This record gives sequence, C-alpha cells and structure tokens, in this order.
Amino acid sequence: MRLELLGLSKRYPGCVANDAVSLKVEAGEIHAILGENGAGKSTLMKMIYGVVKPDEGQMLWNNKEVEIKGPAHARQLGMGMVFQHFSLFETLTVAENIALYLDPSELGSMAALRQHIEQVANEYGLAINPDRKVGSLSVGEQQRVEIIRCLIQDIQLLILDEPTAVLTPAEAEHLIKVLKQLAAKGCSILFISHKLHEVNALCDRATVLRAGKVTGSCVPRDTSPAEMARLMLGDGLTLTKAFEPGPSGDVLLQLKDIEVPPTDHFAIHLRQLNLSLRRGEIIGLAGVAGNGQDELVDLLNGELSATKGQVLLAGEPIQRLGVQQRRHKGMAVVPADRIGRGAVATMSLSENNLLTGCITHGAKAGLIDWKVVSARAERIISHYKVKTSGKTEMAGSLSGGNLQKFILGREIEQAPQVLVCFHPTWGVDVGAANLIHQQLIKLRDQGAAILLLSEDLDELYLLSDRLGALCAGQLSPVAPKSEVSLERLGQWMAGQFDAQHDKETCHAD
Amino acid sequence: MRIEKRLQPSRAMVLLSPVLALVLTLIAGALLFKMLGHPAGLSLYNYFINPISDWYGVSELLVKVTPLLLCAIGLMLCFKGKVWNIGAEGQFIFAALVSGYVSLQLMAVEGFWVLPVIIVAGALAGMAWAAIAALLKTHFQASEILTTIMLNYIALNLLLWGVHGPLKDPDGYNFPESALFADHTLLPLLSEDYRVTVAIYIALLMLAVVWFVLSKSIFGFQIRVMGESAGAAKFAGYKNRLLVWSLLLFSGAMAGVAAVSEVNGPVGQLIPTLNLGYGYAAIIVVFMGRMHPIGILIASFLLGLTYVGGEMVQIEQGMPKSIVGLFQGMLLFFLLACDLLIQYRLVLPGFGPIRLPSDRTKQVAS
Amino acid sequence: MDIAFIDNVLFATVRTATPLLLVALGVMISERSGVLNLGQEGMVLVGAALAFIAAYVTGNMGWGIIAGAFAGMLVSVLFAFIALSLMANQVATGLALTIFGTGLSAFVGADYVGQSIAGLSPISIPLLSSIPFIGKAFFAQDIMVYLSFCLFGGLWWLMRATRLGLIIRSVGENPEAAHALGYPVRKIRYCAVLFGGAMAGLAGAYLSLAYTPMWSEGIAAGRGWIALALVVFASWRANRVLFGAWLFGFASILHLLLQGYGYAISPNLLAMLPYLVTIIVLVIMMQRKQGGSDAPRSLGRPFSPSR
Repeated sequence: MRLELLGLSKRYPGCVANDAVSLKVEAGEIHAILGENGAGKSTLMKMIYGVVKPDEGQMLWNNKEVEIKGPAHARQLGMGMVFQHFSLFETLTVAENIALYLDPSELGSMAALRQHIEQVANEYGLAINPDRKVGSLSVGEQQRVEIIRCLIQDIQLLILDEPTAVLTPAEAEHLIKVLKQLAAKGCSILFISHKLHEVNALCDRATVLRAGKVTGSCVPRDTSPAEMARLMLGDGLTLTKAFEPGPSGDVLLQLKDIEVPPTDHFAIHLRQLNLSLRRGEIIGLAGVAGNGQDELVDLLNGELSATKGQVLLAGEPIQRLGVQQRRHKGMAVVPADRIGRGAVATMSLSENNLLTGCITHGAKAGLIDWKVVSARAERIISHYKVKTSGKTEMAGSLSGGNLQKFILGREIEQAPQVLVCFHPTWGVDVGAANLIHQQLIKLRDQGAAILLLSEDLDELYLLSDRLGALCAGQLSPVAPKSEVSLERLGQWMAGQFDAQHDKETCHAD
Repeated sequence: MRIEKRLQPSRAMVLLSPVLALVLTLIAGALLFKMLGHPAGLSLYNYFINPISDWYGVSELLVKVTPLLLCAIGLMLCFKGKVWNIGAEGQFIFAALVSGYVSLQLMAVEGFWVLPVIIVAGALAGMAWAAIAALLKTHFQASEILTTIMLNYIALNLLLWGVHGPLKDPDGYNFPESALFADHTLLPLLSEDYRVTVAIYIALLMLAVVWFVLSKSIFGFQIRVMGESAGAAKFAGYKNRLLVWSLLLFSGAMAGVAAVSEVNGPVGQLIPTLNLGYGYAAIIVVFMGRMHPIGILIASFLLGLTYVGGEMVQIEQGMPKSIVGLFQGMLLFFLLACDLLIQYRLVLPGFGPIRLPSDRTKQVAS
Repeated sequence: MDIAFIDNVLFATVRTATPLLLVALGVMISERSGVLNLGQEGMVLVGAALAFIAAYVTGNMGWGIIAGAFAGMLVSVLFAFIALSLMANQVATGLALTIFGTGLSAFVGADYVGQSIAGLSPISIPLLSSIPFIGKAFFAQDIMVYLSFCLFGGLWWLMRATRLGLIIRSVGENPEAAHALGYPVRKIRYCAVLFGGAMAGLAGAYLSLAYTPMWSEGIAAGRGWIALALVVFASWRANRVLFGAWLFGFASILHLLLQGYGYAISPNLLAMLPYLVTIIVLVIMMQRKQGGSDAPRSLGRPFSPSR
C-alpha cells in the first residue's frame, strides 16, 4: 500500500473542510478524488502534502505511520504536487523555479540542473526551455513546469489538483498520456477532478467526497457517469435538462474589426474581432484562460478602448462611451472576479447593490436614497435566493455561489438589453449554478442578448444558441450549437479556425 | 494562547481598539516615567489631567484641536479613498507661507474682505501644493506617499527661505521671523481671555459637511469604493483621476485653512518653527478616529492633549518636549496592534474563545 | 578645474551617498522579500541617536556603530511584529514607526544635543589613495564607507548568485507558493525586516559619528524617505542602488559646489535639491517602467499561512 489515510479531519472556523476521511492508494494506481467545488478535495490534498496540518487522523506512507511536517518533508518521502493555482514564480526562470523546489543537497550546479530538466522533458514529451521566465509561458506550459518539477526527483506519489481545467482538449489528452506512462512505472497518482469522462478514461479507482465526508467509492470503469454524479451530488439533485433555443431577433450588439493593443506585457492583443449578437440569443465563447477574455470583457464594459474598429449597440456607436454611459444605454456586465471587481468584500450587500445599481436606481442629483437602495437589495436577495443573514451582511462573508447570485441579480435587475457574462458559475455549487442558468435563459427569453464567456464546455453547450472560441486574442467563427462538435470547438480553442489553413498557433499551444 | 480568525469582523472591536490602545499607551507611559525616575502617577496626572483642569487649559486644548481637526478632516477623506496623502504637513507649511505673505501685504489695508481673502489664499495655497502630488500621481504614476513626503521637506525649506530672506521683519533684530501681523488680519477670538479663534467653528462646519458627503452622496460612496477595492471602482466606471484630484485638493484646502487658523491665530507671525507636526499628528487622529467624523473629533482632542500635556510635563518636570512624538508614536503603534482584534480573536486554552457580548458568531457545525 | 577639486567633489559625493546606500540596501532586501517598511526615517534616527550616545558615553566609535545597528534592528522588531505577525497595514505601520522613531530619538537624544565627539577618522590605504580622481573618494574614507562597500558587494552577490537570494525573491514574488514549497515565509520576512533595520541603524550611526559628527533632532533630514525612492529608481537591484546613491549624493552636495563658484543662492533653497531630484527621478522612472512593473509582486501585502 503506497498511501493510507485513516480518519483525517480538518476544521476551519465556520466549516468542517474534511470529516474523518479514509482512503487507500496502491502503488501504480491512478486514484481519482471526485467532488463538487467546496467538497473538501483541495484541503485533503494539501493535508497529504503537508501544506495544511490535519486536526485529527492518521496517515500511513508505504505501510508506516508518518506525520508530514511540511511540503519539504513530503517531497523527501517522494511526493509531488501540481497545484490548481500554480505555485510558480513568474519573474523567475524555469530552472530557478525548479531549483527552489529541490533540496539544496540534491541541487548540483545550475548547468547540471538544466541538463536534468531537458532529460526529463524529453522522456515524457514535455518540451520546455529552462531559461524562459515563467511569466512568459502559456498556462499549459506552466503546468508542464510544475509536472517536470515533480518528476525531477524520484517520485512515488503525484498529486494533481484539477489539472485539466486550464487545458484545451488536446493538451488534456496529452497530459493523460503522461500520467499513464508514469503510473506504468509504479508511481501512484491522486487526481482531483469533477469531470466524469476524464475520470472514466484514466482512473483505476475513485473516492467521492461530499461536504468534507467520503460518500462512496467506485471503480470508474464499472460505474456509469449517472451513478458517479449521484454520489457526488447526493440523491436530491437532478442534472439540468437542455434548454429550448432562444427567440433570436435583430442584431443588438456588434463588434466591427476591433483592434486593442496590449496595455502591458501580460495583456493579450485583441485583433480583428467581428461579432454580431442578436436579441434573444446567447452566444457562448469558449477558450482557455488568458486568451483575451479579460480584455474582451473590459472592452465591452468600457474600461478598455479600441484603437481601431467599432462597437455598436443597436446600430449606435458606443466605443467612446464610458462604463456608466454604456450602462445607461442598457449594457450590463457580470465580471469573472466576484470579489475585487463585481463586489467589494468589506461592504454590505446594500452598498454592493449601489455599486453599479446607482446608475439606474436610488440616486438623485448625486445624493443617495438609502431606502430605495435597501429595498432593491432585499428584492435581489429574495428573488435570486441569496442565502444571507440580511442586506447588511458583508459581501465577503457570503459563499461564492450566493455572492454570484447576488451580482447576477443586481445586473439583471438593471433590465439590460445586452448582458456580458464571464464565468457565471465558476466555483459555484450545483444548486446555485442551476438557478443562475435558469435566470440567464429567462433573461434571454425576454429578448435580451447575452454574451457568455466560460471555460466550462458543458455550460457552454447547455446555454448557448451559437458557439465560438477565443484564442490568442482572435475570435473563431461563430456557428449554431448543433453545427459545432466538441472536436471542432477544441480546434477553435487551439486557434485552428480554418480547417484548410491550420497554421495559426494558439497562445495556449 | 492563540488567535483565531473571526467569521465577521467585530464592530465592537472597531470602537474598542482605540480605547485599548490608549490604555496601553498610558501603561507604557507610566513605565517610561518610572524608568526615568519620575513618579508615574504624578507624571500621568501632569500629562493628561492637569493641562485641562481649568478653563484656560481647556481653551488651550481647543487651540491645538483646531488645526489638528482641520487637517484630519481632509486626510480622512484621502485615507478613505486609499490616497496616502502624508503631505498635510507640507500643505500646511506652504499655505502658512502664502497666507502669511498675503497678511503682510494687507497690513495697511482695512476692510471686511481682508480676512476672507487671507483664508481663501491659504486654502488655495494648500490646494496648489497638494495639486503637485495629484498631478504626479494621476499623470506620472508616482507614489503619492513619497512625493508628498518630499514636498513636505521642500515646503519646510521654502518657509525657512522666506523667514530668513524676503519675509524677514526688517525691524526684527535679524531674527528669522516675519513682522507681527496687524490685528485686523488675525482671526477673531471667541473670547478676549482665551486664544481660541472662530476657526474652530469652520472646523466643526467642515466636519458636518464631510459627514454628509460620506454618508449621503454618490461621490462619498465612490470614494469609499475606490478605497476598499480599486478593481471594483474601475469595473463600475468611477473616474479615478477625478476622485484622486478632488481628494487631494480638498485635503490641501483643509490643511491650508488649518495653517491660517494657526498663523493668523495664536502665532500671529511667520516663524521657522510654526509647524508642530500637526500634519503628521492628524494622520494618527484619522486612524484613532476610525475614519469616522465623530471619531476624529474625539481623537483630535486626544492628540491635542498629547501636545498640551507634553508642554505641561516640560514645564512641571523638565521632561524634553519630544515626549510628545513618543506618546503619539506609541498611540499609533498600539492602535495598529489592537486592530488585530477586529479580524481575529484570542483563544485561551481551556476557556475557549473570548467573546464579546456583541459577537455575532455562527455556531460551528461539527 | 584642477584635480584636487574633482578629488574633493568625488570624495564628498561618496561620503554623502554612504548613508543613502546603507538604508537603500536594507530597503532593497526587505522589499525583495515583499515587505514595505516606510519606517526607514524613524529607524535611521533611532540608530543615529543611540550610536551617538554609545560613542559619547564609552568614547569608543566601534561601540557607537554597533549600538546604532542594534538600535535600528530593535525598533524594526516593532514593525515586524505588528506588520508581519499581527498583519496590520504595512503603510500605516511604517508611518507609525517613523513617527515613533522621530519622537524616541529626539527624546533619548535630548541631553546630547550640542555635545561633540571626535568622529570617525579617515583611513587612507597606501598607494591606492593616491590614484588621481578616484583615490581619495574610494580609498581615503573612514571605516564605515569601506563597510558600506563590503555590504554592497555581499548583497549584490547574495541577490545575484545564491540560493538564499533566490528564496528571498520567491517570498516577495509569491508568498503563497513559497509557503506551499515549504519555505518559512514569515521567518524570512522577519529576517529581511530586521536586516533592513540594522542597515538603517548603521546609516544613522554614519550620520552622527562620521558625517556631521554630532546629534541633532531630525538629523536624518528625509534620507530614509529618499532611500525608499532610490530603491524604486534602482528597480530593486543592488548595482543600480549604488549608482543611484552616488547620483543622489552628488545632487546633495551640488549646493556646496554652486556656493563654491560664488552663486549667491539661499542655502535654504539649495537644500531643496535632493528632494526635488527625488521627485523628478521618481517621475522619470515611472514613465519608463510603465508603473514600476519591476516591483516585487507581493510588496506590501500581508501574508498569513493557513495551517
């Protein structure tokens, strides 16, 4: 037995992240940890790797009891971990990043390390230049650095926290190959995911967590996805049915030959964007993070201005208007970052309602009518089923899903003609995601035009009327959902917009 | 004993923390006096009670409160918007120089408009000095912390140049001081027996105005959003440059009026040492006052007391006057330390968390 | 312009640059580890006062230097405790340290105003000190100037070629990731802040033992703040810190030069020069760097390991 956990628990003020979790991993086994966001998967992995100290429980490593003193200790034992939000240093080079990971005693000269990196990279087909700054690498390449970092020492257990969430379908496939190669050599792999098809294709065993507890385990090959979903979500919830297509009408929002040069060297250059969004339709844009989504949302919100081209709202150019003027004309935006963009953590829900709401409600001649503002906040809380102690609760103490419902409600309450919606259900529990999806469809059916940017392909197929993808600041063709196969969308996400000339390379190559 | 994060920041601790900081400062002060061989009780009495034991003492406290409160009103808005204006001192000094110059020019001119002109000149000068920092911040991305500090030193040297050079009193036996201002250029006293001027009314009026702006206006709301989350302010389309400029100009104007209240009040002339560090002390006022109008009113009395108390122990016990800075520094340090208790709480082993009656904690389900 | 004149200008430039160099190197280390300590001015002042008192009482300059560094380090512990352990706002805590240090130094130094000591005497290195132009500036200085050169060399090497330097940078860049790799973020930051405190204390000691040599209230005259700007100017690199310190040193003695040439400008106006230069340099840097993108990513952000 490579690893055995016996009754591991971790409590934080206000929640129990893990409650008596037990688990067994054999040598060479690929073991999936399945569960919803917030089920306690990441905390469990961090406890195994020594980043977080368990409150209770035992851990057996190669049949001997151990207490992991910290990540360095875990590494000495032969564990490696690839984090969900990479633990790399962007201003340092690949080699420097790996040097930091190694124990000083293992680390020879930098030249020897470089050689070692290239050797490992070749063995697994993970090409990388050791002298590049990590900040200049794509997300996929950064993940390679994290994996190489683990493989450079003798490794017996590799932990990966949702590794495919940031990859294109092709990159994800390659990763799965690498993991199988590793397992064949006897390395055990712990693999966190909530993508059932991946788990089906890759894993020998799966353990399911719900609300910090083990709710079941299974052999994925012998278990239907529906059964696994039931273990993950509990009995009460059903998966959402597909929605009817929308009542698409005339063109409402139009982008014509938009060109936005980057404002700093981490920004993406938006080129040649053309898009027509109709009344009563949802266009879904797929894409790996960091391919121009942030810039596109900023452009539409009015924070970023184009050097060339036009943005038209119902035929009227709006590219010169500021954020607030656009909102007056019926634009609304749900940003990707709930805290720090969409809401202010240290302000109450009433005040957060005023953040963008003040443009249409509750203010006269520069003065605030707090009664109107509060009433509106209460309405949003009840209509959108926001679980909170009341309108005076700080936004920062709401759960992600509840805050997202509030922000979405705030934007929809503005009765927008066009809603730009970025990652609406990222990190949101199933119940909230269902409600958010229903609200978006309802808004669409009332005749609003919605641009949906998401990394969640299931969500895109569920909601969109037409689909497209962003890659390296460029927009793929946009076609009706029924004409876009998953494979085709994957090609678009990789920048292959035209089958005849698939020379374009993608940022996330 | 260990600390544990609270589920919700404690509102009670927001108010209790300054009180706790004051108590700790008093304890530390007592130890300090003891160490220096002074009786702790008497020294503390001389520092904090004796100065305000009669009406004259109270009036002298008000003399200090006036410029402190004026500076703090401006800084409160700045800090709410996370514009770190450390330059109230420089704005104060530059405004003193300009309004002093205007006062000297108007020595021989009588008229009801003279005083308003001097006050406006002071306010404009303070704004002009703050405008430099605003320009450097919004158009050249230079950190306002460093630029305002540098401007403080530049303003001080300008004042020294003024009183050593062009503004020196020709009949002043070569002392680096300006001539005494004419009576009609001085702010009217509230009473002939005391040195308190009408400037205290201006300060209270401005305090009320700022309170209204912060609680009732969209503008005040936008300042708060900008301070709490620059990203959210940008997302909502608030005009960052406009806000930064308004904040710096306003606090410059307040520091300018504070300068007039001092130079055309109790001081009555330009002298090289007219700045007692009100611009820096006002920073402490704002933090102690929890960036709330009522709070800074109370805190400006406390900080004013550190000045008059410092003078008292200097006279009574021969302590160096720099004890003022020491007490002010300790206050701010203890305050920042106590503020930990807003986000965290102490847990004593075996006793569980120390609870305040007002703590709204959700029960942990386990 | 004769050689002796240039000799003297360079000599004075290096002397004037020394306190700035010392503070700025300390600032560089603590900011590289992600800590923004605006309390430099206060630490310099406390260092200067204590160094002077120790030297005056013992009559030994060496004790003065040690006392200065130690005092600077001691007050930086206050900052470190409040900003790192109690996770208070670093800007506010730094300001508090400056206000406190200004008061404390004036208070403990009150009895020593106007006292005089011999001061550090220059040590000429044979042969080298007679090289034209640079001989006097680099080889006929006092021990603390040589010490500052050594510290510069050591820190340049530390940040450029050592694992420890890499670790310090990683902590300032991404403390969460450094923590996840098992580096003791808080401990490293504590050390960086304490080191910065010692450097600021040394700078203070240089002011009150060698540069003037005497104690007066506010003797630092904004050098702590200028050093903070200098590090921005140097984009957190040791060699540029050295160059910048000399540039500022030269700007600070410019008024002596102008007076030497008989320009009748008020000394008060000329005393503004270093501050003006600071602002101008800051502005130029921010233009070139597009908002100081070289700054360590987590500069000024509190970090709390969640274990």
